[in-house]
Amino acid sequence: MSRATTAGVPPPTIPVRTLKCIVLLGACLLVLVPFLGIVSTSLASREAVTGAGGFLLIPDGVHWDAYTAVLSGGVVTRALMVSIGVTLVGTAVSLAFTSMLAYTLSARTGTFGQRPMLMLVLLALLFGPGMIPSYLVVRELGLTDNYLALILPGAVAAFNVIIVRSFFLGLPAELLDSARIDGASEFAIFRKIVLPLSKAALAVIGLFYAVGYWNSFFNALLYINDNAMWPLQLVLRSYVVDGASLGSGELSSMGDVFPPQQSIQMAILVISIVPILIVYPFLQKHFAKGVLTGAVKG
Amino acid sequence: MALLLLFHYVPILGNVIAFKDYQPYIGITESAWVGFDNFAVIFNGDPEFLNALKNTLILTGIQAVFVFPVPIALALLLNSLLSERLKRLVQSVLYLPHFLSWVIVVAVFQSMLGGAGMLNNYLRSNGLETFDIIGNTELFRVLLTSQVIWKDAGWATIIFLAVLSQIDAQLYEAASVDGAGRTRQLWHITLPGMKGIIILLFILQLGSSLTVGFEQIVLQQGPVGTSTSEVLDTYVYNHGILGGNWGVGAAVGLVKGVVGVVLVLGANKVAHLFGEDGVYRS
Repeated sequence: MSRATTAGVPPPTIPVRTLKCIVLLGACLLVLVPFLGIVSTSLASREAVTGAGGFLLIPDGVHWDAYTAVLSGGVVTRALMVSIGVTLVGTAVSLAFTSMLAYTLSARTGTFGQRPMLMLVLLALLFGPGMIPSYLVVRELGLTDNYLALILPGAVAAFNVIIVRSFFLGLPAELLDSARIDGASEFAIFRKIVLPLSKAALAVIGLFYAVGYWNSFFNALLYINDNAMWPLQLVLRSYVVDGASLGSGELSSMGDVFPPQQSIQMAILVISIVPILIVYPFLQKHFAKGVLTGAVKG
Repeated sequence: MALLLLFHYVPILGNVIAFKDYQPYIGITESAWVGFDNFAVIFNGDPEFLNALKNTLILTGIQAVFVFPVPIALALLLNSLLSERLKRLVQSVLYLPHFLSWVIVVAVFQSMLGGAGMLNNYLRSNGLETFDIIGNTELFRVLLTSQVIWKDAGWATIIFLAVLSQIDAQLYEAASVDGAGRTRQLWHITLPGMKGIIILLFILQLGSSLTVGFEQIVLQQGPVGTSTSEVLDTYVYNHGILGGNWGVGAAVGLVKGVVGVVLVLGANKVAHLFGEDGVYRS
């Protein structure tokens, strides 16, 4: 992309270049300043928060009070555990089912019923079932107020099945054939040859799913009525978005003095963002690549 | 496969309740058939349904005009940066919000712009008039639109950047030998080179006209009221699941789904007419 230099056109004039930088810098600030504010408010002391009237950009030091209040038991701690659990179990379940289905669909031996199954997966991309029928199915299965309701309905995403399948199709057929000649069962081939060869691809899909589970909000809203079972996103909604206040009932007993409400809210927000930040470098690298392959192939 | 069948195709069968007077206590099979009664809401123009439809279309329109061009402009800007490192830095920052959930995005917006948020604190402490955009009915659409831009505009540049990087550098060289300046190159090479992807994405977006930011709106509907905030998906949720009008909700959802498929297929046809590849070629 060094065309500006190779093309022999004079580089843009200084004012134009400055203007571009200012616009892009502005865009970056629009993203970064809110984060700065959130982190600062969560770390500021009580006096600083009240003094600033609620939120501040530069903290007066690092005070972990809000985090200890939130993380030493109580609603938020429990929700955090639920979210972590659902994300881990969900990702494992999703990966297992997605890869098995994708392998079946990619088998060159032409298993019975492979075409219709592939059609069903493709159709699922096009036509969603609708909110109410989905809700009723989960309810008729008796899964309301059950963590399975947060995992199973979205466990297999048709789009990911297609992606994994096309990756499997790219594996050398000779390898699978030679194993077959040696008498390996299909499942052994899948487990011992296909899976080890696709670690990288599955890791990416796994991240896809994990971010989805971590962020999923609406399934929990629909299916989890018992607020002792809420995942973090629902807690975030009721205490930060809707502004319900957290008192001694919701936090663990830590004496009478609570950190200011804003600090607590922002601490919850930070806790829900940090996991995303941790995996973000991988996401960016692989997702960008994935989107590009999709774009080029059409 | 079983899971996909169970949670995707069983619910599709479950759409039969659109034709029934569903009573939760007696179950789907026992509920009485009522033919197309549940669809009456749609075809007789129930005011609340029409309001939801109107808001959906308005929001789609606003987003097509104000959200759609933003990533294109950003991509052009990024592409014209000379420093590769700066470019990568800006990209890392701008992609980030895409991975946050709507709950987080809404919470971030509230703590920045809400009545007790950072902006208003600042205004208040400087004796200026406060400016409340959260929970303001008139400004609700502006709020939704700016949230969508904040969250996804950066991420959406990826696909445009990919296309930009594929434009043949020789074209630019030839143009500059012929004496074309940067503006003319932009107009005669870059934009024509992006035409295909722009048309394709625009058409795809038209295909999903009936779906606008469901989670985003559910989270913020409370203080605003339904007059400007109700869209088709929230209508289904509020009437069907919260209100217990199962049949009507399912009917609206079913019609929306079918119309959505028709729109996508139609949009694909139109893409072919424009001589583009569209989503697929059969």
